[in-house]
Amino acid sequence: MADTKAKPGLLLDIRNLRIEATVYPPGEAPKTITLVHDVSLTLEKGKVLGLIGESGAGKSTIGLSSMGYGRGGVRITGGEVILNGRDILKGGKEGFRKLRGREVCYVAQSAAAAFNPAHRLMDQVVEASLLHGTATRAEAEKRAVALFKKLSLPNPETIGERFPHQVSGGQLQRVMTAMALCSEPDLIVFDEPTTALDVTTQIDVLAAIKDAIRDTHVAALYITHDLAVVAQVSDEIMVLRHGRLVEWGGTRQIIKEPRQEYTNALVSVHEIEHREQQPGTTPMLSVKNVTAAYGGSHVKVLKNVSVDIFPGQTLAVVGESGSGKSTLARAITGLLPPEQGSVVFDGRTLGNKLSDRPKEDLRQLQMIYQMADVAMNPRQTVGTIIGRPLEFYFGMKGRERDKRVAELLDEIEMGKGFVDRYPAELSGGQKQRVCIARSLAAKPKLIICDEVTSALDPLVANGILKLLLNLQQVEKVAYLFITHDLATVKSIADSIAVMYRGEVVRYGSKSKVLTPPFDAYTDLLLSSVPEMEIGWLEKAIAGRRMESAGN
Amino acid sequence: MLDIRRIPIASLIGIVLTTLFVLTAVFAPLIAPHGNAEIIGDVWEPMSANHWLGTDNLGRDLLSRMIYGARITLFIAVLATALSFSLGAILGFSAAVFGGWYDTLLSRLVDLLMSIPTLIMGLVVLSVLPSNLVTLILVMGILDSTRVYRLSRAVAVDINVMDYVEAAKLRGEGSGWIIFREILPNALSPLVSELGLRFIYAVLFLSTLSFLGLGVQPPDADWGGMVKENKDGIVFGIPAALIPAAAIAALAISVNLVADWVLNRTTSLKGGRG
Repeated sequence: MADTKAKPGLLLDIRNLRIEATVYPPGEAPKTITLVHDVSLTLEKGKVLGLIGESGAGKSTIGLSSMGYGRGGVRITGGEVILNGRDILKGGKEGFRKLRGREVCYVAQSAAAAFNPAHRLMDQVVEASLLHGTATRAEAEKRAVALFKKLSLPNPETIGERFPHQVSGGQLQRVMTAMALCSEPDLIVFDEPTTALDVTTQIDVLAAIKDAIRDTHVAALYITHDLAVVAQVSDEIMVLRHGRLVEWGGTRQIIKEPRQEYTNALVSVHEIEHREQQPGTTPMLSVKNVTAAYGGSHVKVLKNVSVDIFPGQTLAVVGESGSGKSTLARAITGLLPPEQGSVVFDGRTLGNKLSDRPKEDLRQLQMIYQMADVAMNPRQTVGTIIGRPLEFYFGMKGRERDKRVAELLDEIEMGKGFVDRYPAELSGGQKQRVCIARSLAAKPKLIICDEVTSALDPLVANGILKLLLNLQQVEKVAYLFITHDLATVKSIADSIAVMYRGEVVRYGSKSKVLTPPFDAYTDLLLSSVPEMEIGWLEKAIAGRRMESAGN
Repeated sequence: MLDIRRIPIASLIGIVLTTLFVLTAVFAPLIAPHGNAEIIGDVWEPMSANHWLGTDNLGRDLLSRMIYGARITLFIAVLATALSFSLGAILGFSAAVFGGWYDTLLSRLVDLLMSIPTLIMGLVVLSVLPSNLVTLILVMGILDSTRVYRLSRAVAVDINVMDYVEAAKLRGEGSGWIIFREILPNALSPLVSELGLRFIYAVLFLSTLSFLGLGVQPPDADWGGMVKENKDGIVFGIPAALIPAAAIAALAISVNLVADWVLNRTTSLKGGRG
């Protein structure tokens, strides 16, 4: 980490911070809710503090308060934020203007949404320095190029001339880090900078950020929900929940000897017991030499893919974005008719197109989506959503249907009280559970799970995975589990197919796939999954045999 | 569920005025003091206790004419809007769902219709066809449905790619369910606000046609026709033409206030119960 002896002293001191917002529930009087309850923290120059917690924990809100900013309608109502020896909350508008972009900079989660698509990267990177008059254009650009080099961006001399859409997501995130560093601030707030990236890209960005922090002696607040990630970059970790401090300590102490139960749950979140099942003799669904492309284009998204799924077992398909995992699901469901090859289900070949398949075949194959909130019609109640497959496939009506809906709600560990709720009234985990119930209602033999836990908080995701495993025991349903998260795969899979650029590069039972010797890509993928271990990042970077596809 | 105290004041005014207009239209023969075409006095008499709004260019009671005019105006506008909405929305939704050549054919046809100015198109068609109410409503409805088609197709194309529509397709649902149960409820809020606007355009279009002599034929008259009948009086300082004009404006504003309110209520995704 940074050399603290060179720049001693306190940089940021937040005391008893209280942040409130007024909410306007329709039909009720507006009320004030407290988002952050009297949180205090201190940060020394050149140090990195990780803020960690699930969504709604107040991490971003606290992070942004260090630059005196409250997102839409959020007010800082109490406490002091002391930066470089003065309380910035008392500085007024003019004070904030001098502070932001000069003393404190911000790196957002979605770089693609944070850059202005109409301007070249260089203009945006040097903007803050020019506005604050800390450097001339030539100086700032020189500094930017040096930073591009340090962040190992390709063609550092010329990348600034590109527009945001002309670089990849991982590169854009690094350009954003360069933007934050360019005006030589004292503090950078990183708000989930790697969450939206693939594991193989995340590791590069993480390493680049870590190097840049070390070399520039900048202090940082690193906000994330992934403990393994924050363990790599920060000196201290602060665990937050519901706007309250849970635990605050050195990185080693937090991940090795957590003192609070909640921290312990976060640390051990990915450990699910699952005994691998041996593949049976006859596969239930076989994908045979499928090749597919979108809209008749020459770029084949799937190249000669063959996999088998056995009754009551789980096949996990792993790979980074663009590897063709979701396309495989679309080919199996019939949404994208394959150009060559076939899908065999229960001994008979399924129609290529959706419209060629009888209702019975559609019933046997169900799908659960990544984004549960757009997978359910926002204008239908939970009862309608779960009840529709019952009506549609089994012709159930009235009391009989309601009874079955109640049973299904029980199975997904939600009560009868949810029947009349709309999706907007459910939490993220509950939404995904309702989607699971909807697919179970059809009594399918195979459920395709497309990144079902990626959009959820670790603890909630863990609950969903456990639920899926339990349901597999009870209902004897098979899963095709599409994911980019290897920890998930290890928890639930019986067999694994690793996909890379449209091809299956490694396929077999879980124990076989996860045992060395590995091929180059599987090795990269496995070594890129952050581990809850200090110093893992350096080891992983040193041991890599190939560059990730996004680079 | 519907608490009168929670309705914003503007919407309340809109609702009251619109209800008044509708009641007047429905019960016109009971309310009107005189018959529609009954000549009861001198030409352009001023307002008096006998004739609250005075008399028109032929000496008919203007108040009674206004009340009967409300009936004709609303009747034609409501039917034309209903026609344009059902036609435009169903065609627009199905174009978005089916896509392909069906979509292309319909969309280009609509482009063709829209490339001709509505008023000129209306004038040409109405002067060729026999002038009766049915033709009038059909022409207005079909011409207006092109706008509704454009809007509902655009809205439905967005909804059609949502995962829940894909889930319904995977389930094997027919296009009826997808159009009416998945897409329609989610497309309703932009359509309802458009409905208010389209209704007003229908009133204005009807008034324009009548003013030009191609709309409602004498002795019946809608408000636009009454402006035409009395327009010469303006030169002599007689306000008879302004009264129907003001009624058109009041109707337009109050219907829009109601549409805004409905829009606000329907955008809630929690079934309106917070």
